[in-house]
Amino acid sequence: MPKPFSRTRGRPRFPALIRLLQNPKLGLGGGFVLLLVIIAVFAPAIAPHDPLEQDLMASALPPFWLAGADPAHLLGTDDLGRDVLSRLIFGSRVALTVAVVAGVAAGTVGSLLGLLAGYFDGWTDIAVSRLIEIWMAFPAVLLSILIVAILGSGVGTVIVAIAIIDWTRFARVIRADTMANAQADYVVAARTLGFGRWTILFREILPNVMPGLIALLAMEMGIAVVIEAILSFVGLSVSSDTPTWGSMIASGRQIIYQAWWVFAAPLAAVFATVLAFNQLGDGLRRALDPVMRR
Amino acid sequence: MSEPRLLSIEGLSAVSDRDNGAPILRDVSLAVAPGEIHGLVGESGAGKSTIARAILGMTPRTVRITQGAIILGNTELLSLDARQLRRLLGAEVALIPQDPLTALNPSRRIEAQMTDGLRMWKGHSAKSARERALTLLDEVQMREPERVMRCYPHELSGGMRQRVLIAAAFALEPKLVIADEPTTALDVTVQKQILKLIRAMQARHKTGAIFVTHDLGVVAQICDRVTLLYQGKVMEHGLTADLLLKPRHAYTKALVRATPRYDRPVDGLIPVPDAVIAACRAEIAGFDGATHG
Amino acid sequence: MAEPLLSAQNLVIGYRRAAFGASQPIVPVVKGVSLSIARGEVVGIVGESGSGKTTLGRALLGLIAPMSGSIAFDGTPVSGLDEQRMRPLRRRMQMIFQDPMSSLNPRHRIRRILTAPLLLHKVARTMREADQQAAMTLERVGLPPGVLTRYPHEISGGQRQRVGIARAIMLKPDFVLADEIVSGLDVSTQAQVLRLIGALTREMGLAMAFISHDLSVIRAICDRVIVMRQGEIVEEGACDVVFDAPRAAYTRSLIDAIPLPVPDSTWLTRVDVAA
Repeated sequence: MPKPFSRTRGRPRFPALIRLLQNPKLGLGGGFVLLLVIIAVFAPAIAPHDPLEQDLMASALPPFWLAGADPAHLLGTDDLGRDVLSRLIFGSRVALTVAVVAGVAAGTVGSLLGLLAGYFDGWTDIAVSRLIEIWMAFPAVLLSILIVAILGSGVGTVIVAIAIIDWTRFARVIRADTMANAQADYVVAARTLGFGRWTILFREILPNVMPGLIALLAMEMGIAVVIEAILSFVGLSVSSDTPTWGSMIASGRQIIYQAWWVFAAPLAAVFATVLAFNQLGDGLRRALDPVMRR
Repeated sequence: MSEPRLLSIEGLSAVSDRDNGAPILRDVSLAVAPGEIHGLVGESGAGKSTIARAILGMTPRTVRITQGAIILGNTELLSLDARQLRRLLGAEVALIPQDPLTALNPSRRIEAQMTDGLRMWKGHSAKSARERALTLLDEVQMREPERVMRCYPHELSGGMRQRVLIAAAFALEPKLVIADEPTTALDVTVQKQILKLIRAMQARHKTGAIFVTHDLGVVAQICDRVTLLYQGKVMEHGLTADLLLKPRHAYTKALVRATPRYDRPVDGLIPVPDAVIAACRAEIAGFDGATHG
Repeated sequence: MAEPLLSAQNLVIGYRRAAFGASQPIVPVVKGVSLSIARGEVVGIVGESGSGKTTLGRALLGLIAPMSGSIAFDGTPVSGLDEQRMRPLRRRMQMIFQDPMSSLNPRHRIRRILTAPLLLHKVARTMREADQQAAMTLERVGLPPGVLTRYPHEISGGQRQRVGIARAIMLKPDFVLADEIVSGLDVSTQAQVLRLIGALTREMGLAMAFISHDLSVIRAICDRVIVMRQGEIVEEGACDVVFDAPRAAYTRSLIDAIPLPVPDSTWLTRVDVAA
């Protein structure tokens, strides 16, 4: 990576900020995610139409660049004449809510277990590791269908399902990372200085595990968007009167030969969102690592 | 100089592409005669490994050679393209690496790794390459060479791995061997055996060698000539005995005095005086000023 | 002689691996070692890889529990103490590491690395006081106070090792374990660091166990030397005696294996006694 600032003299005034802007992955990924958040929050103000408003006279209108388009419906309409762009905008609300809440939930549970297993070897580690192995052997899709069957469909259920399925992803990575750090001399140094075990775990080791955790969290949010879309697609997510990308894909699939854009638009949204979260995660990992960023 | 040269480096300069073109090598010249061990000595940042890498055409992408020539026999190496260089170096220059752990492929048996070069460059059949490899393992005093040939690297100790690497380095009868800190990772008693072995192999095969090290003790015992570097510039060069016993440059003197000695606990361990470092830096700044100004 | 500061009796140390059910047999790394270190005494522990010197050192600090044998620090048994009861002793026994990069938390600034222990042990009552003491200790090891605001990766290797030393002496300990602390350093930096260690042990009356594979370094700064091989002590005595007239063949071969910076045409071909 280029290094425009000499470290020895003349340190920049906002080194953290400058570093963020220098990292294109972080800029693009973060920028897109930020844009998405704004769109989701201000959806009612931004969306040109009510996403639920049907107009059978204007059904399956093509997007603006095709012949026969209506300029009032930039991305066209679906088979019920609902505005695709507005549904896309409102769909981002469910996608982002699920991504953030489920990601944080899975991240918190998984990281805590990973930290404990990685630092306290012996029975704690054996117990957590076996749990992870058993958990991962269970088919994720079946597990989520099972959870929906028990809890009933809804955004909350989707979040619970993702957290329950995906905590292992965090637990495995954080456990390995914690183990590696626990071996480092700075942990031995902290012990010789008389710091207690919890202090060492949370004040010495956690900050070193954090960059990996944050990166993983960003990527998990991308994964959560996909899972939510899949669950919506199979009709296990929220009720049909809330627009979601997954349910849009599902309904678009049925008229793919007549109006492909109804299918393509939400698919593109999912694709771009997942890509953005992944880029953000990778960018964060590089930016937050004190050694890698040199 | 009238003596025959195996390798000569003339006015080699290199810069780092990362640190705003900071110089890494500054007009380095040296010559290695056949059958001679030439020590490249210096502290970290002296550029000794960069020189070794430059000969092998393996400088990292961030290092750019700006000037100079590396002449092996009658061929200037820096003007060759990657393919020509590979063909020439494959058979004529061998490397004894620093870390015997990572220098051998962990998932291939010793036999496969030792016979590769013989079959590729010397046209050996599988059978004759195997015989040659066994002879070489015998030459490096490896016990049970037959068994070692069947081993994977992790089944051998660090000293044994280094023996395998030395045998492999001499397998193709190279004209020049480059040893890059080959004993730094080893225990002292093993280090002594390995040094002895490199000396014996080099004498038997009449090979020229470049020996990179930071240890003046090792230099004293194994090198015929020495080039001492500081920040990529030659501070002093000459016969080993002259350089260590009658150092001319203040930096050489200071380094000798800083080296701890078990036989003279009171004399050694004198830190390099700040004035000497300042003088060295001034010398380098003067040089940089003259070349860029 | 007065009562030793640190003494170990018949230490046997091995590493246990956690496994399901049946416990695996443990091969000891240290096999019955006894030693004692007096106040203010600098004892070198030398040995090659596999000698158990590092394991022994960590056991002396109570970082590894021995399988059998006992360790006492200033009359208090160290082995078997839990974290809570160990804490008052912790302040009095410190450690300097081989690799200062990995022994300084990469995500903490030097200020935090130095002041946190002061506050923990209430050597300093306020952050301001801790800051002052940190700056003073830095000055003592030859570093400017500006280092306080830096992260470990922002300073040079020699400076990092000085920070490691500062951290170890900060709490004014009685005993410091130095584990291969100069093996990664250049000769000129090594000389400076060893001089500093020599001066500090004298000024502070520190006792030190100085672990190294390099006999030349041990001779330069230790009063006494313990030679280890494969988990056992093969020779022990005052440096002058051991170096001038080693009794054990192994010690002899270790000394012979050190190349001196003086050309000697017979050195390479000289026969190793214990090889």
